[in-house]
Amino acid sequence: MAKELKLQTPLTTEMLEKLNVGDKVLLSGIVYTARDAAHKRLVDLLQAGKELPFDPVGAVIYYVGPAPARPGKPIGSAGPTTSYRMDPYAPALMDAGLKAMIGKGPRGQAVIDAMIKNKAVYFAAVGGAAVVTAQAVQSARIIAYEDLGAEAIRELQVADFPVFVANDVRGNDIYKLGVEKFSIDD
Amino acid sequence: MKEINVARIIPIVKKLCVDANYYASPDVVERIRYFMEKEESPTAKEILALMLENHKMAAEEQMPLCQDTGVALVFVELGQDVHLVGGDFYEAVNEGVRQGYQDGYLRKSMVDDPVIERKNTRDNTPALIYTDIVPGETLKITVAPKGGGAENMSEVKMMKAADGIEGVKDFVVDRIKRSGGNPCPPVVVGVGIGGSFERCALLAKKALLRPLTEQHPDPKWAQVEEEILERINRLGIGPQGLGGRTTALAVQILAMPCHIASMPVAVNVNCHVHRHESAFVE
Repeated sequence: MAKELKLQTPLTTEMLEKLNVGDKVLLSGIVYTARDAAHKRLVDLLQAGKELPFDPVGAVIYYVGPAPARPGKPIGSAGPTTSYRMDPYAPALMDAGLKAMIGKGPRGQAVIDAMIKNKAVYFAAVGGAAVVTAQAVQSARIIAYEDLGAEAIRELQVADFPVFVANDVRGNDIYKLGVEKFSIDD
Repeated sequence: MKEINVARIIPIVKKLCVDANYYASPDVVERIRYFMEKEESPTAKEILALMLENHKMAAEEQMPLCQDTGVALVFVELGQDVHLVGGDFYEAVNEGVRQGYQDGYLRKSMVDDPVIERKNTRDNTPALIYTDIVPGETLKITVAPKGGGAENMSEVKMMKAADGIEGVKDFVVDRIKRSGGNPCPPVVVGVGIGGSFERCALLAKKALLRPLTEQHPDPKWAQVEEEILERINRLGIGPQGLGGRTTALAVQILAMPCHIASMPVAVNVNCHVHRHESAFVE
């Protein structure tokens, strides 16, 4: 049975082992934003043996390119982007200590295998509910790659950010299990 | 002959870009409510409720419904008795897009070169503009911002006449099945049939513009739309792909004549935000 629980970053293996696919999580703490272009740069840094612009150990990356903030607001609309585009980069980041990714849509088997190996998870945020998700962001600041505009890496302070466990540390996949549960054969 | 100065187009396009991104269309709201009632998965129900809440909050906060405020698709119906004066019409449309995306706090999502440079143009131009010449002296402009996630799940297939209507249905259902949670379901499925390789893709996109609450005017196509929708909603993908009954809000078909040797079919997928706003330039 799916449960609802709260988690605070940085994330640990012990916290994540309790999660099962389908659970709803209200996430609080720090998450880093990164999309396609930023991922390429992060993995280039790892391959060159250089330090990342943030500490990856226990970290959470949110796949998002937010809309511009109105004056006085920390951020504009900020829902997840489709995750499979980050699949080529995700295993290297998990090997460096990344504990969770937030996005939308299913992941490839190599990413799922890397989650099992590194005891990491993948959360699904609700795509297209971008004003609701933006309300969970308390502050935002660009920490790297300002030249990428919406794709720059931002450090977000979030409170009770609503996500669902899509892949747990045991390799379960809600995109398979959920569909199996509700599909009707013709 | 009616004269329209292109400068009048700029504020209209600007407003269409902003309104399409801030305000959920009533037909989308109605379809999500309808499916939420019938949804069996508690998680799916919760997600659909969140989408409806997002509609309200976007309007209240004057924020875009989705951070992916899309490529600016602009459909123009230009009366043949209209004389456009005062400058370049397409430049005026692009200026409207530029101002709408800048002043409306919308995300700029266009890159100048599709492969090698991929540098952001920083004002969301160029718009993709499609113009039809129609009788009369009216000028109608529709802006339909289109996000990348759903667009990426679209496909054109040059089918054989022997594939028949069952082949078309199978292709559309399979395309949505393979898309899974990627295009932000529940999706709206535009299907273009006939014409040619490039025309069927445009038909599929234009099919998305029909209000979701309106039936296809031809009962035989209305029946096909209904059958495909029912099959898609038996796939179990559900809202955001997490499992459920609500995978598509509607299937909309546009068909036209084609070559005796051909049967081109295109599927254009749109996300649940499904934005479009129209206005007449007086």
